[in-house]
Amino acid sequence: MDKIMYAIEVENLTKIYGKGETAVTAIADATFHVKPGELVAILGPSGSGKTTLLTAIGLINEPTHGKVIIDGATVADEGWTPGLDLKRLRREKLGFIFQAHNLIPFLTALENVMIALEINHLSKNEAKGRATELLVSLNLGHRLNNYPTALSGGEAQRVAIARALANKPKVILADEPTAALDTENGKNVMSLLKKLAVDNHSAILVVTHDHRMVEGFDRIFQVNDGRIADEIGS
Amino acid sequence: MNLAIRDIRYHRGRFILTSIGLGLLLGVVISMGGIYRGLFADALAVLHFTKADIWVVQQNTNGPFAESSRIPEDIKYRIKAVPGVADAAPLSFQTIQIERQGKPFRFFLIGYDLNGFGGPPVILAGRDIRQKHYEMVVAKAMKMEIGEKIHLGLHDYTVVGITGKVVSSGGDPAAYVSLADAQDIQFKKDNDAVRNDRARIGANLAGIQSLSPSQAKFLKLNIAGITESTHTVNTVVARLAPGANLKEVQERISRWNHFRPISVEEQTKILTKGMIEKARMQLGLFRIILLVISAVIIALIIYTSTLDKIKVIATLKLIGSQNRVIIGMILQQSLLMGVIAYAIGYGLILLTYENFPRRIVLEPFDLQALFVIVMAICMIASFVGIRKALKVEPAEALGG
Ligand SMILES: Nc1ncnc2c1ncn2[C@@H]1O[C@H](COP(=O)(O)OP(=O)(O)OP(=O)(O)O)[C@@H](O)[C@H]1O
Ligand SMILES: [Mg+2]
Repeated sequence: MDKIMYAIEVENLTKIYGKGETAVTAIADATFHVKPGELVAILGPSGSGKTTLLTAIGLINEPTHGKVIIDGATVADEGWTPGLDLKRLRREKLGFIFQAHNLIPFLTALENVMIALEINHLSKNEAKGRATELLVSLNLGHRLNNYPTALSGGEAQRVAIARALANKPKVILADEPTAALDTENGKNVMSLLKKLAVDNHSAILVVTHDHRMVEGFDRIFQVNDGRIADEIGS
Repeated sequence: MNLAIRDIRYHRGRFILTSIGLGLLLGVVISMGGIYRGLFADALAVLHFTKADIWVVQQNTNGPFAESSRIPEDIKYRIKAVPGVADAAPLSFQTIQIERQGKPFRFFLIGYDLNGFGGPPVILAGRDIRQKHYEMVVAKAMKMEIGEKIHLGLHDYTVVGITGKVVSSGGDPAAYVSLADAQDIQFKKDNDAVRNDRARIGANLAGIQSLSPSQAKFLKLNIAGITESTHTVNTVVARLAPGANLKEVQERISRWNHFRPISVEEQTKILTKGMIEKARMQLGLFRIILLVISAVIIALIIYTSTLDKIKVIATLKLIGSQNRVIIGMILQQSLLMGVIAYAIGYGLILLTYENFPRRIVLEPFDLQALFVIVMAICMIASFVGIRKALKVEPAEALGG
């Protein structure tokens, strides 16, 4: 029998901020596995620990306890695995999408996508070709040379998605990607993510607190006070 | 992709303005260096153009530039006779300030022996002085036309030629006349003053009881010689014969004990160490202060522009940028600002330095050294920004 290769494996993940009396347990003993191509929603009230979970998986926030395995590589086991190049793992295996699009204001749409490719050692021409292709596929062919301030919220978020996808990451982490958008644009972004999960065979974790946005997701995690309940199992 | 240039392109207005401001500052720094070199060049101009090896001046003085020196003109024959001396020529110097076209007109009058050396180094227009009297060659900076007349002492002098950048150690442009004319202008009194002098000295002599009538008569005859003698010069310059030993010749001249033979090297020291040392130190101090100000400004600009970019830097880190991408962005911006500001400052001085009231000499070495210093300042100044940038956590990109 084949061993299932997961995109994300989280075992007994705990994140405690601070020490002593002021310590806050943001994530308590979370365990779950996500397969490539799976689209997972993370729902929960404010302060429940959604962002903490995402950043711990995203190699930004060091887990206090437990294991995190990304694409077969153990990145954390009671703290970061020693000798790990976190930046390299982030640019090669992970794609990030934020609530605010976080595009670089002094780069055009095209350049914002190209930079993610260039830091991953693609030549300028390769980067330009791939970035153009991605943006065109996201219906932004007419916006390549616009600065972020000249883009609508939905357009900017699609550029951010293009940037997150640029290096064909195994895992895409999105923290409230639709919060700054109206319902229609929000739904468009969500269906785009769904399509990407299938087409690119990426595991996608999407944090949201809007129940209307999660239809069609493979699984939904409900987070309450740092504890995760898998609502719709697979 | 060069992030530094993209950022500058996006904020070009701000970048250009700061670069212009810094450029003006560096322009002042460059001009101060130029003024310092100019002081040097001015101070040494007459010394160099005269092309003499020894300056013979009055005993115990640092003449003729730093102190006044008076020696008899006919010393030139004795100097010429010294073994090892090829040629000797008398020179007189005086600063003159008159009114011309309603404005003070200051220049440095050099009197030279028409048969000797020490005259105008070049003739740019017109001709050399040919007649023994009332002709004049002026430096270009005096802005006089050939044929123009000027009244000095008791006579009118006509400009017959224009020479180059000869100036006094104080920066006043030089004019040349024959030695005899210069002595006239310097020493000759008008007729009333001569009569008064004669009467006064005559009366004094007549009052000396012990003089015999014949002695008194003899003295009275010679009064005219005393009061009208103008055969005094400020220095006699000498050129050595090929192979002559400077020290030996100096030794021979000073052994007479009435005159001091100053070598060009000593004269240079007197002019630079003594006369312009304070100005040099002042300029040096200002330059250092301005460079420190530039450094502080650059550091502040780079630091605030880094603060403006915290979110950008955090995002770059989050998507996995190497530190060198971020350091490169900050460092390159800082260096680029330095290069552009330097170019603006240099361009500005290059366009204007001819019109400065004092001579500005732009030495390639000074310019290169300043460029290296500016680059070093930019590099050091960018460290504060880089330090801040390296401390930024990728998580800072997440906050709204
Ligand atoms: N850097 C930090 N230091 C200390 N406590 C923190 C830090 N970040 C988050 N917390 C705490 O951890 C808990 C979980 O925060 P987290 O940001 O993960 O919540 P969230 O579910 O993303 O909330 P929201 O929906 O408002 O974004 C909160 O109680 C919060 O105050
Ligand atoms: Mg959050």
